[in-house]
Amino acid sequence: MELWKLTALELGEALGSGSVTRAAAVQAAQARIAWIQRSCNAFLTVTDPQTPQKAGDSPLAGVPMAYKDNICTKGVRTTCASRILENFIPCYDATVVERLAAAGAVSLGKLNMDEFAMGSTSETSCFGPVRNPWDLTRVAGGSSGGAAAAVAAGGVWYAVGSDTGGSIRQPAAYCGVTGMKPTYGTVSRYGLVAYASSLDQIGPIARSAADCAAVLDVMIGRDARDSTSLDRPADGLLAGLTGELRGKRIGLPADCFGDGLDRPVASAVLAAADVLRARGAEVEEFHLPVMKYVVPAYYIIACAEASSNLSRFDGVKYGWRAESYGDLGELYTSTRTQGFGTEVKRRILLGTFVLSSGYYDAYYKKALQAKAVIKAAFDRAFARYDLLLTPVTPSTAPRLGESLSDPLKMYLSDIYTVSVNLAGLPALSMPCGFDPQGLPIGAQLIGPPLGDGEVLNAAHAFQLETDWHRRHPGGQYAPAAAEGGI
Amino acid sequence: MKITEALVDYISQLSRLRLPPEEKRAMTTELEGIVAYMDVLDGLDTAGVEPMSHVFPLKNVTRPDQTAPSQDGEELLANAPASKEGAFLVPKAVE
Repeated sequence: MELWKLTALELGEALGSGSVTRAAAVQAAQARIAWIQRSCNAFLTVTDPQTPQKAGDSPLAGVPMAYKDNICTKGVRTTCASRILENFIPCYDATVVERLAAAGAVSLGKLNMDEFAMGSTSETSCFGPVRNPWDLTRVAGGSSGGAAAAVAAGGVWYAVGSDTGGSIRQPAAYCGVTGMKPTYGTVSRYGLVAYASSLDQIGPIARSAADCAAVLDVMIGRDARDSTSLDRPADGLLAGLTGELRGKRIGLPADCFGDGLDRPVASAVLAAADVLRARGAEVEEFHLPVMKYVVPAYYIIACAEASSNLSRFDGVKYGWRAESYGDLGELYTSTRTQGFGTEVKRRILLGTFVLSSGYYDAYYKKALQAKAVIKAAFDRAFARYDLLLTPVTPSTAPRLGESLSDPLKMYLSDIYTVSVNLAGLPALSMPCGFDPQGLPIGAQLIGPPLGDGEVLNAAHAFQLETDWHRRHPGGQYAPAAAEGGI
Repeated sequence: MKITEALVDYISQLSRLRLPPEEKRAMTTELEGIVAYMDVLDGLDTAGVEPMSHVFPLKNVTRPDQTAPSQDGEELLANAPASKEGAFLVPKAVE
């Protein structure tokens, strides 16, 4: 088998046993990256392999990987796909970069994304859109589109992204790979350029749930530099993958399977439910009517926090500065006006509006109350169920250019993923089929707070029964599976 | 909720952004549509619900005070668009 088709753990094992050398792994990756750059525009910066100082004792030691370009890497430019940071070279590493390097990770570069992670298609990047390796006329999803595309196309065996409202899970679904947003606080956000701090969380994108568990095992844990990080015992998510599902109760929110969901996606996700049932889980439908309120609550809170977080980009301490300006106020305004793209400006303006005097109570405070109601509804659901199963997206990857023309429509497509961030829950997107055009479909497993292990284990059980996560773009596409296995 | 160009001017000023006339017109229409959609939240009864800013009950997270070296000044200034004698350089703010 070609090296790029292995999972990260399989490659890690081959490196450990000596049957594959590190140089051969890097060479295989670089060959794929050359193709990926021409076709998908997944990388913003390709670096020489950053050789770890230590060999590392992670099962992923020596495995080539890459970071989304909103994660600070010392000495390697970190742009957030924005003009305003196009020449920013951090003088420190994010905590996740430190931890992965110490575990022997070999970074090959930085990945394209929506500007400041604001977007659902990776088209708002000021360096051009990411293209989907399954169909180059379609988007890779966003905002971690470069990460999902790079993993799907075999440029790296795993990538580290960030998820504020679905930015790991949605591109993973569009690109046919597995992506996990852990419980809020599981992974330190130190060194992650902030979008909406109460919702942002770093997580892995890889081929399999087991790969994601191995990456999380390295990244997890309390960090004094992020006061919201949790003191979670690093008890081995990978070691906890038994694939045992007997007696587990899985809820299907009927509100996630109604109007607006494309048929091939619905069929594939319901087929995934059958696979989990066959492994011994009890799966039943229930109602989660708060789903109606998750998108407005999310966009109000996310934009409010973004308007505050992005006030630091003013052309003074780092980043790009407008070429001509008069006084200090003019320097700020010209730099921000010319340095930010349209979607970022839209969200800053929206956030400023919902926080402004006279509108605060009607929008921002109302959204924070809605967040409490949404969290309570999930708490009630998890009193009855161990996990929830939903689609990741209402449809498969749209064509390039389709979404940008209608921002509200793009926001609405985030309906199945944003509730998870509002409630701080762990959730994973796993490939579960293809639509008639041959585009990947994802299913989402959601767990209770700190239920990351449960989520990963159910996904692992699913992947023991299916091979959707072992399909590769440009590989053998089986037409018989076109309806998601039904 | 009607979003007017005057309101967009006001929030642009608060955000330190300046939209050219054409962009402002388009943004006004888009924000109007988005804010109208957000009024869906009016249908949710939140009477007596405490606003939730954080999902976990974190309060006063502290650590012991310890002296540690700061980031090197030259390294920090290396990213500044303009610097002089170890300081960030900006136009005169006070006459």
